[in-house]
Amino acid sequence: MTAFWVLAPIMVLAALGILFVRKAVHAALLLAVVMISLAVLYAVLEAPFLFAVQIIVYTGAILMLFLFVLMLVGVDASDSLVETIKGQRVLAWLTGLAFAVVVVVGLGQITFGTAVGLDGEGGANEGGNIQALANLLFSRYVFAFEVTSALLITAAVGAMVLAHRERLTPKETQADIAARRVRDFSEKGVHLGPLPPPGVYARHNAVDTPALLPDGSPAPASVSRVLAARGTVRVAADLADDIAPIAGQIERPEDASDRNHSVRGKGMRDHK
Amino acid sequence: MAAAAEAEHHVPVVAPVEADGVFSLLWLIIALPLLGAAVLLLGGRFTDKWGHLLGTAMPVGSFVLSLVSFFTLLGRDDEERQVAQHLYDWIQVGGLDVGMDLLYDPLSALFLLLITGVGSLIHVYSIGYMAHDPRRRRFFGYLNLFVAAMLMLILAENYVGLFLGWEGVGLASYLLIGFWQHKPSAAAAAKKAFVINRVGDMGMALAIFLLFVTFGSTSFTEISVGVQAGTTVGVSGLDTTLNWIGVLLLIGACGKSAQVPLQAWLLDAMEGPTPVSALIHAATMVTAGVYLITRSNFIFENAPHAQTAVVAVATVTLLWGAILGCAKDDIKKGLAGSTMSQIGYMMLGAGLGVAGYAFAIFHLLTHGFFKANMFLGAGSVMHAMDDDVDMRHYGGLQKLLPVTFLTFAMGYLAIIGFPGFSGFWSKDKIIEVALTENLFVGICALLGAGITGFYMTRMMFLTFFTKPRWEKGVHPHESPWVMTVPLIVLAALSVLGGLMLAGNWIVDFLSPVVGHVEHEEPPLPAIVITLIVVAVVGIGVGLAFLLVQKRDVPREAPKDVSFVVKAARADLYGDAINDALVVRPGGHLVTALVATDRTVVDGAFMGGSTTLGGVGQALRRLQTGYVRSYALSVLGGALLLVLILVAVNL
Amino acid sequence: MPYVILSAILFTIGAIGVLTRRNAIVVFMCVELMLNACNLAFVAFAHQHGNLDGQIAAFFVMVVAAAEVVIGLAIIMTIFRTRRSASVDDASLLKF
Repeated sequence: MTAFWVLAPIMVLAALGILFVRKAVHAALLLAVVMISLAVLYAVLEAPFLFAVQIIVYTGAILMLFLFVLMLVGVDASDSLVETIKGQRVLAWLTGLAFAVVVVVGLGQITFGTAVGLDGEGGANEGGNIQALANLLFSRYVFAFEVTSALLITAAVGAMVLAHRERLTPKETQADIAARRVRDFSEKGVHLGPLPPPGVYARHNAVDTPALLPDGSPAPASVSRVLAARGTVRVAADLADDIAPIAGQIERPEDASDRNHSVRGKGMRDHK
Repeated sequence: MAAAAEAEHHVPVVAPVEADGVFSLLWLIIALPLLGAAVLLLGGRFTDKWGHLLGTAMPVGSFVLSLVSFFTLLGRDDEERQVAQHLYDWIQVGGLDVGMDLLYDPLSALFLLLITGVGSLIHVYSIGYMAHDPRRRRFFGYLNLFVAAMLMLILAENYVGLFLGWEGVGLASYLLIGFWQHKPSAAAAAKKAFVINRVGDMGMALAIFLLFVTFGSTSFTEISVGVQAGTTVGVSGLDTTLNWIGVLLLIGACGKSAQVPLQAWLLDAMEGPTPVSALIHAATMVTAGVYLITRSNFIFENAPHAQTAVVAVATVTLLWGAILGCAKDDIKKGLAGSTMSQIGYMMLGAGLGVAGYAFAIFHLLTHGFFKANMFLGAGSVMHAMDDDVDMRHYGGLQKLLPVTFLTFAMGYLAIIGFPGFSGFWSKDKIIEVALTENLFVGICALLGAGITGFYMTRMMFLTFFTKPRWEKGVHPHESPWVMTVPLIVLAALSVLGGLMLAGNWIVDFLSPVVGHVEHEEPPLPAIVITLIVVAVVGIGVGLAFLLVQKRDVPREAPKDVSFVVKAARADLYGDAINDALVVRPGGHLVTALVATDRTVVDGAFMGGSTTLGGVGQALRRLQTGYVRSYALSVLGGALLLVLILVAVNL
Repeated sequence: MPYVILSAILFTIGAIGVLTRRNAIVVFMCVELMLNACNLAFVAFAHQHGNLDGQIAAFFVMVVAAAEVVIGLAIIMTIFRTRRSASVDDASLLKF
């Protein structure tokens, strides 16, 4: 029971944390804490197979899936905790607490005897927990097991269908793209070549730093529109201070042969 | 009335023998016109060219068959003069077993001859009369349908079959009266005839129900046997039942035969083409009521109160119709009033019991001849006068329409009862019987005969004598031979119809059906009565001569007339009475019901739905669209469930 | 039986999370928390009674949860793709 008394407060606290943290990533991490703790509890409760499955499937697969979707949806899309539905929060808490109280009190009325346990002489786990589970799964629960396979297949297909985006127009070939770019150039004067990569003429070549044009102003085309929309683009002017000394170093003519090499090496280091 | 009481026990039962020989073709008499109607009405425009010829050939074929059957019947003994033919089982439900049976006996035989004979003549006449009507083929289809229905009515061996024909006649008359449906007045008249006939039909249907309940059958044979057995044994309550049946049958007869109080439709029904008036409203359809009463003689002979009712209705009607006839300027309406009156005579004869049945049928036949003759003559006059029906616009036509005039005159002499003509013999007999049975009724009938003389003479003078009053541009001309030949034939029959009474032939011929009673001595010698009748008619004729021929007839009907004339012109306020007694109360009732429906029923209904709607409006606020609200209610439900579980367990 | 009490508490916390959080992904996590709480109860009862049926049930819950997560996240993705929002309150057009 030591493990329980150690883990139970952690789990409750982590679970409560999920209710209050603003960022979804944090909630996912707190959920991971709960789940791993649960896995440990499973081990304590003589369920080694579920212990492994809990870690692999839940903590490993499902939580990863959550994080993956969070990435797609936007990691830093945080939740406003201001309630929009009138009375929802109060009612939710009241009902929830009433539910907890009723269930806990109700369970408290029940007296459980000593736990039978699974391990040990003549226990259900005799011959190994996994073997015993397999025995049950492929005998009494074999139909449910087979049905589960159908469920999983359906889920997989369903996920594909939902995630699939229908292509409405024929795919643009390389020749089409080239033709379009030339046409844009001739009609609207759009730059024919590739977009300037971020960080050209700049100290930083991170994707959120726009390239500088020869006159020192930032090139809007060099950063992703998504980043610009989120407002996470770093203004190149902030970095302009760093540029002057470097420029000074470059303009020193006398020790061009070795200095040049070192400047280039320094620049390389700065990029990291 | 000892003799009459004696006669009650000698009402013959209907006991037909199985049809064989020519009688096995009885069904064909009905089937031929029915086939004609089917071909003409279903064939569509395809039959336009020859439709009228086929439509005429069919009743002629029936007439030939009727004639053959009639002579075959004459060759038989009295006991074998009732022939029945079973065609097929029609309705078999529980205790109700109605066969499609035909009954051919002297009564049916005479009717068949009248219907198919006069009907055929009217068909021939219609070929000319409707020559320029674009819907002539349809007209002949309806005529054939009518003839078929009437034949079904006459030939049926049970009341249900009779009712089938009865309704068919009603339908056909509706179609024919409203034939010129583009005229609102014709459409309204058709509707009126149909609705008033429904009232009568209801009585008829109720009578059939009551017959079935009482006797377990609707067949004439079984009911007549049942009545005889019942009265002989003295079943308690049978008298009352028979009286009720009689009254209900009388209501049915009133509807079809335009007797007071269901008379209002007949005059309006003149909106139909004139051959229709001749066929339906003179020769055949309106006689259905007389036929019904005569056919049901085994009931009426045992239902004295119903018989009294028949006599009362008939007496009122014969005077009513005669008075109407005096005031009408429309030649067809005048004739219609006279028809009403003459049917009243027939009903009177039928209501007088065994002594009168044969004379009722006799008068029916002669009336069929001379009234058809006069209607067709009136049609011929209208044909000449560009479809003008107002007699005040006629005058002096005897030179221009010689054939029409002569034939019409034959009909005229017949109807007023000029000695020697058919109407003289038949009407005289009815008046004689009426005087014998009841002095008051007899005097009324006598008065009616006088009025008949007056209005028919008035019609005759207004149309054929006096000064011409027609408008410029009207060029009266004689009708084509296809119209005049039927007139001549009917005129001949009008003159010679009285021969049927020669040697009391018709009375003897009909006695197997209606019974026979020893001739009772009238209060006065027969020859005296006859003279009185002729004298009364002569007074009427003379009055008309003085009032019409000796004065100038204004082209427009004078407005400042006495109350009596006004009343007669307004159909003796028949429509007003109907309006006051039925139409307006009915309208008020419907208005009240509609108001009740609107307020009470709709109110309850709409109130309930509005309440529910309001509750729904309030409850739909729960559907916020927020999935979290729904989740909250789910959790609340779970909480309740747990609470209940805890509460139950504790 | 403290495990069951813990399970109940975790379940309630998960439920309250579902009711109060608006980010669909967090809501989904809370649903998973509730499922896990149930699993804990299953496993605890299996231990209590000394048979493995509870563990089998927990196993099936996990399988179903995995399938559910796949579909649920795909739905969230689709909604996000069209509405640019992962808030459950934004998808509230299906109402009176």
